[in-house]
Amino acid sequence: MAPGWGGTLLVGLLHSIEIAVGATCLGLLIGTAGAFGKLYGGPVTRDLLAVYTTVVRAVPELVLILLLYYAGTDLINQVLAAVGYQRVDISGLAAGIFVLGFVQGAYSTEVIRGAILAIPQGQIEAARAFGMAPGLMLRRITLPAMLPFAIPGLANLWLIATKDTALLAVVGFFELTLATRQAAGVTKAYLIFYLAAGALYLALTLFSNLIIGRVEGWSRRGMPSVKEAR
Amino acid sequence: MSAEASAINMAARASLWLRPHRIVLILIALGLVLCAAFFMRWDWLPQYWEMGLIGIWRSLWILAVTCALGFALAVPLGLAQAGGPLWFAVPAKVFCTIIRGTPLLLQLWLLYYGLGSLFPQYPWIRESWLWPYLRQAWPYGVVALTFSFAGYEGEVMRGAFAGVPRGQLEAARAFGMSRWKIFRRIWLPQAFYRALPTLTGETVLQLKSTPLVATISVIDIFAVSSKVRQDTYLTYEPLLLLALIYMTITGILVFAFSRIEARIPVKIG
Repeated sequence: MAPGWGGTLLVGLLHSIEIAVGATCLGLLIGTAGAFGKLYGGPVTRDLLAVYTTVVRAVPELVLILLLYYAGTDLINQVLAAVGYQRVDISGLAAGIFVLGFVQGAYSTEVIRGAILAIPQGQIEAARAFGMAPGLMLRRITLPAMLPFAIPGLANLWLIATKDTALLAVVGFFELTLATRQAAGVTKAYLIFYLAAGALYLALTLFSNLIIGRVEGWSRRGMPSVKEAR
Repeated sequence: MSAEASAINMAARASLWLRPHRIVLILIALGLVLCAAFFMRWDWLPQYWEMGLIGIWRSLWILAVTCALGFALAVPLGLAQAGGPLWFAVPAKVFCTIIRGTPLLLQLWLLYYGLGSLFPQYPWIRESWLWPYLRQAWPYGVVALTFSFAGYEGEVMRGAFAGVPRGQLEAARAFGMSRWKIFRRIWLPQAFYRALPTLTGETVLQLKSTPLVATISVIDIFAVSSKVRQDTYLTYEPLLLLALIYMTITGILVFAFSRIEARIPVKIG
């Protein structure tokens, strides 16, 4: 392996992680808002959100990425041109985060909606009986109480996000898979580089699993353990 | 259900769609579709629709073959993890972890560019009957997608096999059934019914993975839309039509699976 290409792979990995973190955060924001809209919103909000989650989950990520990537950058440039500014080059990082976050948002909407529905109804009624404002109730009751139900699903989404970053290679964003392809193409050592990249992705997944286990234990603190119940 | 009840049911379903805000939303959606039909360019359609149909056919064919092969591979993978000896369970677990821990695109490129670049070095491979296939792209796509489906579904099948109540298997053994017969008559059918609801989701996910084969030069429907984009310099029209095609296929798949699920009398105790 030529010296230096290993560094290229690591830079690619760093970009992949940046995008995955950004997309997951954006997805969580969209998902929380979407779940509340679906549960407590008016009829029009509910129908629109149903269309959003259904369409995004029925169309391949690759197609969505292409559509949103072109449509998003096009839209921003047209708006800028209409206001009188010059066209800008949207950074690949921002575009990637926006596109994957939009996709993740649809999935996390469903996960969080399910988790909120799993909260014992009495807890929310008790909060209302105490006269909590909706914002306070969200912060103190709904979000913490839904966390243990939501974390397995959200953890899955994080793992999907890390792997979906590879799809951005198709639109030419420099992340681990594209870095691997370039390194392999130049050095002709295809197998070594692809295996190395696979090992990096796998290490990221296994490390994430370790952290997720900890977080899940933390979110379930104070709840009866499943093992004891048996 | 009597005719009267079904009529009431139909009316209820119709009134669900005819609520005022829904009518407005449907009209807006229709307006958007009409705008797209009139103001966007669709004059390339007559030239490409034949190619598109072949592409759709190829995508569906890849989907069917990889799902069938993948499920056939997932059964032993799940069985090995649920009740196999250690030297069988550990490799199965490692296989599933690797497949689920790395992106499909990378697996695909590893097989096509990585392994594919190794084969021509060996004369005995070039002289074998496999060589005509190894020179094409689609076998690599089929293998990668099959492994992917097997990896994810293997994990589901592990849970399904482990979830079959022990009493069922013990009863079968008490009847003097052989191990193979227990597997064929009791264990596999019950595990399959348990896995069926997730099978719908996995199949839709698999459909959404098929466009990846276009990156290794298999001409599926995604590749056809890319070709249209390159030839006509249109960005949105082919992509929007492509999204519509995938949505239609997803809808048909979900409908078909819900029909199959409704047919099987599941009573999971």
